[in-house]
Amino acid sequence: MTAIDTAPAGSAADENARRRAQIRRSLTRRNRAETRFRLLGLGSALAAMAFVAVLFGNILSHGLPAFWQYTLDAEVTFDAAVIRVPERPVQGADQSDAEFRAAMLSWQRRLAMVNWNRLIVASVQAAAPGQQIDDRAAVSVIDSGVRFVLRDMVADNPALIGQTVPVRMLLSADGDNWAKGRISRDLPDARQQLSRPARDWIDSLMAQGTVHRAFAWHIFTNVDSRTSPASAGLAGAFVGSLYMMIVVILLAVPIGVASAIYLEEFAPRNRATDLIEVNINNLAAVPSIVFGLLGAAVFINIFHLPFSAPLVGGLVLTLMTLPTIIIATRSSLRAVPPSLRQAALGLGASRTQMVFHHVLPVTFPGILTASILGVAQALGETAPLLLIGMNAFVANIPATPMEQSAALPVQIYLWQGNENRNFFEPRTFAAIIVLLGLMILLNALAIWLRGRLERKA
Amino acid sequence: MSAPLTTIRPTASALDGDARANRISARDVTVHYGPKQAIFDVSMEIPERSVTAFIGPSGCGKSTFLRCFNRMNDTIEGCRVGGTITIDGEDIHDPALDVVELRARVGMVFQKPNPFPKSIYDNIAYGPRIHGLVRGKAETDALVESALQKAGLWKEVADRLDAPGTGLSGGQQQRLCIARAIATGPEVILMDEPCSALDPIATAVVEDLIHELKEQYTIVIVTHSMQQAARVSQKTAFFHLGKLIEYGETEQIFVNPREKQTEAYITGRIG
Ligand SMILES: Nc1ncnc2c1ncn2[C@@H]1O[C@H](COP(=O)(O)OP(=O)(O)O)[C@@H](O)[C@H]1O
Ligand SMILES: [Mg+2]
Repeated sequence: MTAIDTAPAGSAADENARRRAQIRRSLTRRNRAETRFRLLGLGSALAAMAFVAVLFGNILSHGLPAFWQYTLDAEVTFDAAVIRVPERPVQGADQSDAEFRAAMLSWQRRLAMVNWNRLIVASVQAAAPGQQIDDRAAVSVIDSGVRFVLRDMVADNPALIGQTVPVRMLLSADGDNWAKGRISRDLPDARQQLSRPARDWIDSLMAQGTVHRAFAWHIFTNVDSRTSPASAGLAGAFVGSLYMMIVVILLAVPIGVASAIYLEEFAPRNRATDLIEVNINNLAAVPSIVFGLLGAAVFINIFHLPFSAPLVGGLVLTLMTLPTIIIATRSSLRAVPPSLRQAALGLGASRTQMVFHHVLPVTFPGILTASILGVAQALGETAPLLLIGMNAFVANIPATPMEQSAALPVQIYLWQGNENRNFFEPRTFAAIIVLLGLMILLNALAIWLRGRLERKA
Repeated sequence: MSAPLTTIRPTASALDGDARANRISARDVTVHYGPKQAIFDVSMEIPERSVTAFIGPSGCGKSTFLRCFNRMNDTIEGCRVGGTITIDGEDIHDPALDVVELRARVGMVFQKPNPFPKSIYDNIAYGPRIHGLVRGKAETDALVESALQKAGLWKEVADRLDAPGTGLSGGQQQRLCIARAIATGPEVILMDEPCSALDPIATAVVEDLIHELKEQYTIVIVTHSMQQAARVSQKTAFFHLGKLIEYGETEQIFVNPREKQTEAYITGRIG
């Protein structure tokens, strides 16, 4: 500026030219700064995308193969000499319900005592007539859960006894590892999980096509299992997580939204509400494991709720999700233009009418999104669940939220720690894919609902 | 802003303004925002079925004072109102009087058109519904039509009452807001710079509407446009720094101001 001020008067054209040159020089500087900043931003965005791509690529490449497991298509002969059980009881006219149930139970007990492995060994040996495979090796290649599959087939249809039918049998975890090449073929026999005949049997049947990959539906329908890891599934953990989500939705969403509405719209501004506000903001920053401790202390020690129960998990996650929902709801309430409130109040609407007739309808999409994101966050939370005993091994689908249960994120943690690394590493990633899939589904739902509701408004 | 005094068109009612009874009476009204005083001991009588304009430089307290009449200041954090205001002799701060009832009797139109994000029909029907003024669809339909008629909007929207009110043009939105205020059957309508967001044509339409409405309603209007005050009002109050400097017949204020500050303002030397 001084250059312009001190320029000799009269040379207006000179002055203009000088000013333009000055602007041009500063323009070059500005443009350079802008280019620099853009490149920096682009670089950061690309880096972030690359991280995400690497993460997802890694998860998918590790986890997807676990959804297909090696199976044996074999003929099983339900040998009457092995399955020595009486006829399945039928309820006689003179029999009471209790008597019939007792008879049925004892029949099922007899069925459970049958040596089903005999049938499996026979069909494994029959599948590869050219291969010498001893009984122990034959049992080791098939998942131990197959015993129960055969038992249930007979329990459902006793007419199978004496017949030969095709059955698809899951290979054991060790067999699956070998078939997928997850165990080095160069290891000496002593360090192999399967004996040489078992390995040869798998190789020859794979070449034949009788042992092949099939989609592992049981990952979604079975519960976790220690004895038959190949047929372990996520159903129990899924239902446990579902119960917890329901508890969170039923408690955290209404309580969170209601308290946000009260604090934002009705509470007087004074020291007490300031204190509450500060506390809620602090709660949002409390590490989740602390909520687990709190839950264990309060819900289990004081209220004597059961360990490992989805109800307790849901309550702990509710505590954790509340501040998130309150803060997000308050900020969407705060975003409502004052002119809308004035319009309602100016017409003589009471505060409650203003809130319920005008403010909430326009904030509804925001509140909904906040709630879904809060619930999704709770779905993935692990640490607090460990402290209320949800890392216990539970091999059943909980019928009620009061029963012991697993949970998806904890299941990931448990599988990740399983000793059979070769088999459970892909398994863990598969569970991660399921959990991430649910999260993405929830987030997509939030985005979709938001778009829909906003278009309507 | 130099006021073209020639545009003043004295109206018949401006001349017989004093013949009308006073509807609103303010005595020693003060308003504080927290520690800051915004209105200093203002007293005035506002006659019924006429238009009273509040003018003055920006920030002088016109809106603040206007909001006293329907107690909208109650909704502002830290705002305290002192003094007495009566409407038809009733103290509006009487604890026995419900503010909801007061606001049904004293309607308000805001600076920026603020229709609800609902249909045109629901915008009008909302007030009567919450006050229990209508029963059944036929009655509501009739009331919606009559309010829109009075606001001069019926012809334009009759065939799209279900369309959102926010889809109308700015001028139409403001008339919708006026219709919405009318629908609750108020005695007084407060307008805070109702034309400041409108173009000149829409402004003229709203001004004509105000002109008609004053036959039935007591209207108090805040305006930053002296021409507008001169065009629509019978009485004018000039505020400066939270004080009422001069209050009188509009013609007298513009043609023959008694106070130096008023004259300075209308000739464009302050403001
Ligand atoms: N909500 C508020 N909080 C604090 N001060 C306010 C508020 N509204 C208005 N004021 C102050 O009160 C004075 C009068 O404002 P206002 O009535 O809006 O003036 P006008 O409408 O004449 O422009 C101004 O000094 C303004 O800063
Ligand atoms: Mg104002």
